[in-house]
Formats: sequence, C-alpha cells, structure tokens
Amino acid sequence: MYCNTVEKAGGAGKMAAPMRNVDEIRDRVILGEFGVRNVHSTDFPGNYPGYDDTWDLRKFKKNFRLDVFHMDENTLEFDMVGIDAAVANAFRRILLAEVPTMAIEKVFIYNNTSIIQDEILAHRLGLIPIKADPRLFEYRNAGEVDFLLQLKIKCTRNPRASKDSSDPKELYKNHMVYSKDITWVPIGNQADVFADAKIGPVHGDILLAQLRPGQELDIVMHCVKGIGKDHAKFSPVATASYRLLPEITLLQTIEGEKAERLKRCFSPGVIELENIDGRRVAKVVNSRLDTCSREVLRHDDLKSLVKLGRVRDHFIFSVESTGILPPDVLVSEAINVLIAKCQKFLNEIDSTEME
Amino acid sequence: MAGAGAGAGAERKAQLETVQADGADEGCVTFVLHGEDHTLGNSLRYMVMKNPDVEFCGYSITHPSESKINFRIQTRGGIPATEILCKGLNDLSNASKHVLQTFEAQVKEFRLKQGEAME
Repeated sequence: MYCNTVEKAGGAGKMAAPMRNVDEIRDRVILGEFGVRNVHSTDFPGNYPGYDDTWDLRKFKKNFRLDVFHMDENTLEFDMVGIDAAVANAFRRILLAEVPTMAIEKVFIYNNTSIIQDEILAHRLGLIPIKADPRLFEYRNAGEVDFLLQLKIKCTRNPRASKDSSDPKELYKNHMVYSKDITWVPIGNQADVFADAKIGPVHGDILLAQLRPGQELDIVMHCVKGIGKDHAKFSPVATASYRLLPEITLLQTIEGEKAERLKRCFSPGVIELENIDGRRVAKVVNSRLDTCSREVLRHDDLKSLVKLGRVRDHFIFSVESTGILPPDVLVSEAINVLIAKCQKFLNEIDSTEME
Repeated sequence: MAGAGAGAGAERKAQLETVQADGADEGCVTFVLHGEDHTLGNSLRYMVMKNPDVEFCGYSITHPSESKINFRIQTRGGIPATEILCKGLNDLSNASKHVLQTFEAQVKEFRLKQGEAME
C-alpha cells in the first residue's frame, strides 16, 4: 500500500511541499475565493483506489491525539486530532443537550406581592444554575421531586436610615432579592447524605426581584434532573463549540510591500516578517490564531500566492461550563452518554434476538 | 413536563424497530431508532459506512416533532444488516472509550503540569 509512504505535508511555518491532490481532497477543507471546497468527509472504503479506509481501531488509536490547551474552573480548550466530524459533532451536541443537570422545574408561589409577575419570576427562577451533582440524583416522573429550595424574604424599612436619605440601599432592608437568598430544604435523610454538598445556586449575585417595604416573596421550588433537549435551563454549558485548525500555505516567497500587506490580511500573530539578507520575507508563524476571514483573497496580486485551508480532522474544542460541574467532567460525561447510547441499542438487539 | 429521554417509570417501549420491504432479504433493513437524532444518527452512519460490506447507509429524521430516526442499511452479499449495525455500534463505542481514556489521561497530565508550575 503506497498510501502509507506519503506523509501528511504541512510542516508549521515551512514552505510545505504541495500535497498530493487526492490527499488534499481527503484531509483539507479548502477556503476558495467564491466558496468552501471539499467540505464533506469522503474517506470511505471503495472511494479511493490504493487507500484502505476500512474502520480499524488500532489505526485510530495510533493516529488519535488529544492535547489540553487551557483549563480553569469553568473553561476548557483542547485539541482533538484524528477523528471524524461526525463523532466530534456528536460529543458537542451531547454537551449542549444531553448531559444531565439539576434545575428548578416547579415553582409554588404562596405569596408574591412584588411588582414582578408570578410567571416572569417563575421563569427567572427556572434559569438559575443550581449547584448539585446530577450524578447523585435520578430522573423523576412528573410530580416527583429530587430536592426542594425555598425563597422567603420580606422587605422592611431600615429604622436607622437618616431622615433626608433617598438611597434605597440605606432606606430599606432586603429590597434587592438575589439568588443567594434561595435556601435548600433537605427532605428525608438528605441533610446527612448531602451534608457537604452545599446544594444551592452556583452564583449568589443574580438579581431576581426588587422589593419595597411591605412587599414579600414566599416561594417553594421543586428541583429535578433533566437534559437540555427538554429545556435549555438543563444545559450544563454556556457554550460548547469546535473549529478546525486553519492552515495557511505560502506558494511563493513573498517579500517587501507585498509581505507587509499579506501580514495585515490575517489576524495578529499569524504572519510575521523575517529578515533574510536584508529582505523582509513573510512567514506563517501561528496559523491557529487565524479567524479565516479570507481577506487576502480580495487582493488580486496576493490571492494566487497563498492557499487557505483547514485541517479536516483537527478540532479545537472550547467548552465553557455554567459552573454546575467542572468542564472536564462535562466532557467525560458527554463521551459516556454516547457510549451508553451505543450500549442501549446493542442490548436492544441482543434482547430481540433472544426472543 | 415529562423529561424527554428520561423514560423512567413509564412503560418501557421498544427503542429499536426494524422495517423490511416485502420480499427483501435481511441485508436490506431500515431500523427505527426511537429518541435519537443527528447525534447518534450521523456518527453511527459514519462508522457503518466505514464497513466495506456495506453498499448503502443513510438516515433521516422523519419529522421534526417526532423523536426518532430511520436508519437504513443495505449490505453486499446478503450479510444480515443487524450484524453490520452491531459492528457499527461496537466500533463507535470502542472509539469513544479510547477518546475518553485519552482525554482523562491528558487532563490528569495537564493538572500535574499546572501543579508543578504553581510550586
């Protein structure tokens, strides 16, 4: 098989040897002047003579690479290389819509004398991210509940406020209702089971309502486990997205004024000018930073000198959690959801074959 | 509001049905996957199409408000389509398991490196 002798071209920064035409169709998405070419994956058995595109787990394991780029409490950026968009997209879709979280599902308003209407308040409450590990709870039937939260607050005048003050902060007590005023009401043995879990809102500073003296809220909320497919409030991520790694190939040496202009066509840091024997020569330094704007293709004298593309199997994932679970746990959970889906149908096939 | 995909407690319906045209052999089958969409549909289609014994594989979402997909497999040489579907599901599951392993290892390594940088 001669396919293995042709290594992928594209050494970073160097003037890469032109890729073989077939390899380019297979491995790159091309950004042309009037459109994007080679969008679809075509690496299926029988499509290319001389290539073995049969699924092979060993080959996959050899080519697959994953590097964590950045990670903190709420965000995660990592590269996933050597996988098809179909599978990478499945992970992304599951992150958005199928990783379970806890959220307020029912709101029982015993008293609401504030100016915010019951239904608006109920909607606002539903969207608050609730810190509770969904892995410790079960999906419930309608009418059942995982845990309860309570919001009981009354606004009063501040007796110690100065006579001529007009600042509501000084005049009133509890005139701003924040998510931190929501408290957890343990049911059954929950107080022991979740003793150190600190169930409650993730953020304490979400403004829910404003009150004036005499107005009050008395609300009990029922929380359940759910998934983003059912309602966006259950989605565990603020964003989960990926982009393909940009690849910029300079087909000729570009120097002088042209190089200067080429540099300005791309995002800062993508192209730098190198001094070679007193000439300023353009060089691709970091194509990862590019936004793929295709500005360079508007310059008639430059557009034939560069090739813009994206690496088909190099995904730059970015996951931003709402704070309920750390982002790395979310990605692990998402992959587990896909594995569980496969297992569910495998079991189904087994059980129907038994009959 | 009944949780979509929750299905706990409710009477368990078959998640998988098979539809076969009259006179068609077992190599040409449409599977109906209930409660699934592009997430499993497209990734599974990719895996099944990677199988050289498959002549055709495709899926469609019958209607936006119906939560199911029609997943069609036609095989070469009369190989049972169920066998192919099983292999596809296993391949996808094994690939995912490898991704999960790699991911967790890399996250651990990143944490270690970060810890060293802090010290």
